Amino acid sequence: MKSLRELQAIRDKMKASVNTREGAGEGKMRILVGMATCGIAAGARPVLNAFSEEILKRDIHDVIVSQTGCIGICQFEPVVEVIEGDKKTTYVKMDPEKVKRVVVEHVIGKNPVTEFTIGAMK
Amino acid sequence: MQELSLNILDIAQNCISAGASLVEIDIEVFGQRQEMLEITVRDDGAGMDRRTLQRVESPFFTSRTTRKVGMGIPLFKQAAQMSGGSFSIDSRPGKGTVVKAVFDTSNIDCAPLGEVWDTVGILIQMNPDVDFVYRVKNGREVFECDTRYLKQVMEGRGLGDIAVIQWIKEYIEENQFEILKRRY
Repeated sequence: MKSLRELQAIRDKMKASVNTREGAGEGKMRILVGMATCGIAAGARPVLNAFSEEILKRDIHDVIVSQTGCIGICQFEPVVEVIEGDKKTTYVKMDPEKVKRVVVEHVIGKNPVTEFTIGAMK
Repeated sequence: MQELSLNILDIAQNCISAGASLVEIDIEVFGQRQEMLEITVRDDGAGMDRRTLQRVESPFFTSRTTRKVGMGIPLFKQAAQMSGGSFSIDSRPGKGTVVKAVFDTSNIDCAPLGEVWDTVGILIQMNPDVDFVYRVKNGREVFECDTRYLKQVMEGRGLGDIAVIQWIKEYIEENQFEILKRRY
């Protein structure tokens, strides 16, 4: 059974490793998952979870996972926006499997997965 | 919505939008065979005046501007009523809002409660400045997860680290099963 002692252990481990996932948000890649009713109903929660799990598993530190509201393209949800500097990539109809490819090819490899973007839908 | 925990996530987003600093989510089971499930989402946000309150149950009301419909409250209400349960919403300007829904989980039309720990984990992860209390009750047995306390344990490091969030999810899942004895 999970106990609070384990949380203390995680805290102490964080103390030991210097400033891992912290620091200012500037310059970091931001991953925004649409979490309004339309997004949630279409499966945004497992998509957001998949990003968190992949980032934890692959020990990626320079990325912020965050949520956004409804951007008006409800029919394409779950929608994910990846923002790096002034570049924005909009991924549509996402699922946990697609997330894995986006993390490997875009977040790590810096190459957007064009076939999952809104441009490929039209 | 495939499971009630997704409705909870959706309703809690309204609390955040209302500027809440504390959001309390309660799950309570009762009834002869523990088949009744009451879900309460309470916030200390801006609240609504009577006129707004009368309109929020309509799908054609929303405060957003990117689309013209607001399905969150209607979907939650429909999910409760389809199971033979009930729904209520109470709010006061400046005080906050309480959304309460009762479900009969023995009804075949009742959606499963699902992975509430994922909902609570994501809410904590996405809203570091908001505190959350998640409570599970079954008779006299109570489990409570309070971010104000967890933040103390973290000694000022916050709860935003993904490793911490994963721990919180597992902590809730295990303790909830202890209290409820089964999945809902």
